[in-house]
Amino acid sequence: MLRWILGGREAPGAVEKSPVMVIGEEQPKNVFTELQVLKGHYDIVRFLVQIDDLRFASGGDDGLVLVWNIQTGECLQELRGHTQQITAVAVYSGPTDGTHVHLLTASSDRALSMWDPDTGNRVKTVSDLLSSAKCLLVLHHLDLWISGGNEMCMWDRNFSLLWRTDHHSDAGISAMIELPKNCIAAAVDKEIVIYRLNIASSEEDTTVSEICRLTDHQDSIRALISVSDQLFVSGSHVGELIVWDSLNWSVQASERILWGEPRPAPQAEIKLGAQKQSEMSVRHLASDGELIVAAVGSGLYVYNVMRKSVVAYRKTAHDSNVLHTLLLPDGQLMSCSEDGSVRMWELQDLPLPAEPASAGFFGMWTFGRSSKQTNQTMKKAQEILGLRMLELTGDLIGHSGAVQMFISMGERGLVTCSTDHLVIAWKNGKRESQLRSFDLFCKLEQNGGL
Amino acid sequence: MIGSPDLLAFTKENDVVDSYVEPSQLPEEFSVPLFPYCGNANPWSKTSYAKFARDFILISEFSEQVGPQPLLTVPDGPKACGTFDLNYFSLRIMSVDYQASFVGHPPGCSYPKLNFVEDSKVVLGDSKEGAFAYVHHLTLYDLEARGFVRPFCMAYVSADERKIMRQFLQLSSEFSKASECLKTGNRKAFANEIEKKLKDLEYTRAVLHRETELQKLNNGCYSTQAIEKANELANVEKSIYEHKDLLKQITSYPNRKMKDPEFLPYDSDSLVESADLHRDPESESVARGELDDPTNQRRPSYTPQLIKAKSAKCFDKRLKTLEELCDLYFFHQTMDQLKQIEKTFRGDLCNIYTNQIEQALLKKQKVTNFLFEDFSTWEEDENVKQFCSGNECLLDNLPPPASVPSGEPLSLDSYTSCVETVPIKMEPETGEGGPQEVEMTDSIPCEIAQDNLDEGTDAAMKGSLSSGESIEVLGTEKSFKAQGSQVNSENMANVPSPQLLRVRRRTVTKRANSEDSIEVLSTTDSIIPEDLRASYPSAIHEEDSTDAVEDRTSGQMFPVNPGTDVQDECVYKTGTSVQVDATCCMGQEGLAYEEPSPELAQECCANGVVKQEPRPCCQRDLPLQVDFVLDDANICEDPLAGLSHEPNPTYLLDETSRMNLDDLSDSTSFMSASTSSDRTCSPFLYGSPVTVKQKKKAGQSAIRFIRQYPFAQQAIFCLLSGRTLVVLGTDEGTVRKLVSALTIYLPNLGKYGESVKPWLSSPFHLSDLQNWKLIGIHKMASPTGSSVLHSLKRYSRYVSILDADNKTLRCPPYKGTLMERLVDHRTQIKRGATYFLHVQSMLTQLCAKAFLFTFCHHLHLPINGGEDDDVVATRRMKFLHHLGYDQDDCHVLHFLSELIKCYYLHGSGKGVRPPVFGFSYVTSFVYKI
Repeated sequence: MLRWILGGREAPGAVEKSPVMVIGEEQPKNVFTELQVLKGHYDIVRFLVQIDDLRFASGGDDGLVLVWNIQTGECLQELRGHTQQITAVAVYSGPTDGTHVHLLTASSDRALSMWDPDTGNRVKTVSDLLSSAKCLLVLHHLDLWISGGNEMCMWDRNFSLLWRTDHHSDAGISAMIELPKNCIAAAVDKEIVIYRLNIASSEEDTTVSEICRLTDHQDSIRALISVSDQLFVSGSHVGELIVWDSLNWSVQASERILWGEPRPAPQAEIKLGAQKQSEMSVRHLASDGELIVAAVGSGLYVYNVMRKSVVAYRKTAHDSNVLHTLLLPDGQLMSCSEDGSVRMWELQDLPLPAEPASAGFFGMWTFGRSSKQTNQTMKKAQEILGLRMLELTGDLIGHSGAVQMFISMGERGLVTCSTDHLVIAWKNGKRESQLRSFDLFCKLEQNGGL
Repeated sequence: MIGSPDLLAFTKENDVVDSYVEPSQLPEEFSVPLFPYCGNANPWSKTSYAKFARDFILISEFSEQVGPQPLLTVPDGPKACGTFDLNYFSLRIMSVDYQASFVGHPPGCSYPKLNFVEDSKVVLGDSKEGAFAYVHHLTLYDLEARGFVRPFCMAYVSADERKIMRQFLQLSSEFSKASECLKTGNRKAFANEIEKKLKDLEYTRAVLHRETELQKLNNGCYSTQAIEKANELANVEKSIYEHKDLLKQITSYPNRKMKDPEFLPYDSDSLVESADLHRDPESESVARGELDDPTNQRRPSYTPQLIKAKSAKCFDKRLKTLEELCDLYFFHQTMDQLKQIEKTFRGDLCNIYTNQIEQALLKKQKVTNFLFEDFSTWEEDENVKQFCSGNECLLDNLPPPASVPSGEPLSLDSYTSCVETVPIKMEPETGEGGPQEVEMTDSIPCEIAQDNLDEGTDAAMKGSLSSGESIEVLGTEKSFKAQGSQVNSENMANVPSPQLLRVRRRTVTKRANSEDSIEVLSTTDSIIPEDLRASYPSAIHEEDSTDAVEDRTSGQMFPVNPGTDVQDECVYKTGTSVQVDATCCMGQEGLAYEEPSPELAQECCANGVVKQEPRPCCQRDLPLQVDFVLDDANICEDPLAGLSHEPNPTYLLDETSRMNLDDLSDSTSFMSASTSSDRTCSPFLYGSPVTVKQKKKAGQSAIRFIRQYPFAQQAIFCLLSGRTLVVLGTDEGTVRKLVSALTIYLPNLGKYGESVKPWLSSPFHLSDLQNWKLIGIHKMASPTGSSVLHSLKRYSRYVSILDADNKTLRCPPYKGTLMERLVDHRTQIKRGATYFLHVQSMLTQLCAKAFLFTFCHHLHLPINGGEDDDVVATRRMKFLHHLGYDQDDCHVLHFLSELIKCYYLHGSGKGVRPPVFGFSYVTSFVYKI
């Protein structure tokens, strides 16, 4: 019964045997050797935003927004006011001074609030909106912000409503991004609606006009991000990934992530058909300007928008749906999932052909697992230029529920939030130790000795 | 008539110490007196021919009827003293010093004065009996006694002379506390007695008045009967006056009025009985033993009774027992304290001495104590806080009925303060010292009728070591300070505190010169705060000194504001009582005894008669005093001292008057005093403090563990490197035993063993792993069980799992040398306690190295900006290597170092910062037997 507990460490070869990649306890590349459990929420924590170098805010279904200090783990402020769950959190820093930051929150209680994270005061608030906002977009250079729910509203700094669209649909706006030339793309169900802001001299006269609707997606759009000034990407529920031109809104590339491309073998497609759609749903997109990482079902998919080709992917990166991803410099990649773990990946060049390949090559899954596939895989690898490997370098296990989101605070660590009501700050133990030493000697000096 | 016993000189004994010091590197202050009897091969063989097996405390009285007699011993029973002749010994000790202080008529004053005399402390030995004793003389007041005072002494009797000598200061301090407690209760009882007597007298006067008038009518104004009656009446009136004066003296002593006789727990009947034959103070002092004085009266308790003019023979009357002499509550407190004293000083001198040194050192070593040391030995402030936070509990367990003040807060007024009993006198030099004698005589009101000095006094005065009572002053002062501030902070919430603060401050200082304030008549301050400060530079803070000065002025208003004084007295009292065992019943079955309260005597001194006494000695003894101070500071810092002085918040809501407030805080302090003593013996419900005793017991299981499990090293390595160890098993007993065995290795165990969860049947979470470093988990085949196992699996990377059923251990491998030394399964150590000490010494060593490691700057931070982390890391590794820690041993040191850092930076308190949980990604292996 206890075999699993006492069964010794994972066999090194486990990777190949199991569809889900598993890393052993030995994780030399994992620097997060220290954690702090930040308790304060009473319900699922869904949102994390970074306020500045030291602070971040978390928002959850309990309607609370908490401001934390990443270094000490202290809860600095409790922003209370919303009566229902938080649906969106954004950081608002005016154009004049980027120093003083405010927090914008939207909640299911159909209120929008602006908070001062320094004092914890609710600076501004509007309530009794027609619908609750599901997303917030701050246009910093215009000192305006937009809330998107069943309708889109544009607000200025003082919470005066500048403009409002008509009722969209029951689905409402699920995501918004800012495009060049004062344009905005909003994902409304299966369409992407492009709006243009007509900036007038006075804010009151600013109007918004709908330019066009992009209807290339077959299913609801789940994710919409801006990649660069030229490109933005959207992903849909059925695994469509479309790269758009930011200026003329034309389709630059379109991928259907079916986890088994039609290419490998016909029988594969049959298998694929049996897959549940949710397994292909693009839940989250992240980009560093060149690469896009898409959270597709429980897998990860890395796409190069320049080459318009897949760089790497792993169909079963997690045991369950991936909820959030992040691309770090140096080909580092992170993902969190409903299985409660955060995994860190590294894009590595392909191993030498002589080496046995690990899971994660295109189409490999279609052949089941057997060593005789190696040749074929290798062939493919050579075929597909630039195909790289997504290697698991470490995982963070701490939450007992789905990890909803995480943000990286740079060298200060990583913050995760989860359905288990917890926020966990993961830190580099060595760095923290050194910081403590520093503090210690400071205090020693202050006290003039022990 | 009684020969002077051989008195032992009390000196610092530097020379003696030197002769014992080994030529080792240990600093002198750490040296423990070695066994001196070189000729004896076996140091454990009985070296003395004393007739008692072990030390005990003896309370004796110099009864005016039968002479010196033993009253009781602590511990109780015949076993305590064996065949030792208590009667004889009582005679010896009572004859040494009894600072007789009597009521007399000071010149220019026609009323008897109470004598407020400080206790005296003597060391004496009876070489014939092989018994040596620290003797603490005190006097208690008794209205029926000769001169109102009854001399008592408490003696710590030991066969080991050196023990007494070396522990003199501690003994003196402890006994002083006990004595204060007793005297306080006595003052209270005494005042009560006077009040009752006054009522009687008033009544008698009324009756006599009526009769006189009647006589005049019947027989004419000049008839014999009429004149007789008139004389009688005049006598009664005089007596009333005197008693009123006495009452004033005793009550002004603490500056509180005693208004509430109800409070006294005495049985009124017995009072009447014992008060049966009462003699007038005046007659006592003027012509003691003369029985024809018509003012001898009878007195009832509540309903005033006629007081008969005829007195019975002196030796017919039954003197009050000690219990009757003292308020019951205080009596029990005192007994508890004595028991605690007995416990504290039990055992061999070396042992006591070592412990004292150890504790003194631990107190200095604040940075690393929390790792492996027993909290009770060093943690002080925490303690106080702890107790205070547990106030509700305290209030729940109220003290013995006698002290329950619920209905009558006023009665607390009657607690007289012991502050004033504290003389600022110190003459510890020698028993025979001439100056002392002078001193003593000085301190005795010279106007007192010479015949009042009985034979014992003379002897006493010859060779008494009247000792450093000043310790007391300091002690109370200090302890009060701590408490006062604490109380204040506690009060903040409920009461506008500045005022309060003010009051308390003042009280602090009031104590210092309380003697002045006792006596309104007294013209000069013999002991002014400045004196105090001069002699205790280290102990008195500046703020207080300023207050003290100010207080001097406020001395005049003292009587107006009496509550304050009582307050600090109580503080004091609680402080002492806390150390006491909860068994307070002992005194009850004990013999009856009474103790003359020295306070009274002292009051007399303070009453202006003996003004010059303290100052000279202060000056003379200055250097030594400083020593005392230092020594005493420790004692006073006793965490427990302050713990109970926490006013009941609900009481405090009522802040109608200061007095009230003080009363109430008084009352609460009483309550808490007793309850806290309860606490010391009965563990908290929510987990009692881990004691060394428990750990020693666990040592046995630990030996078994390391013998039984070949992978004990790995398991203990996990504990020392901060990796949570889970003990898994189906049998609760087995698991608990294993857990407790492993506890002794666990760093930062926490006062109540917070880091250990001995038995858990539900799934745990990540945050639990932060708090618990050792968990016993119930392995069961049930849904809960499987979810427990699930959590185990989920967090398997953070824990090591010791399966008690299968005898397997899943943990990271260990390579190093440290554990071999710590955990040697071939160890020859048989006893658990020994093994525990072995472990403890190793851990202490480890601790020292961790401290060194943590506080070496260059090991953690670059020397200059140019260095990068690698250089530092290399340096660190080299250092560790140099210390003898390689490979995995470094993890241990790193972990301890992190703990030290966190503790140093943030303290032990769980503040706003969530705890940090460190771990490492290491592969685990399974070890089997």
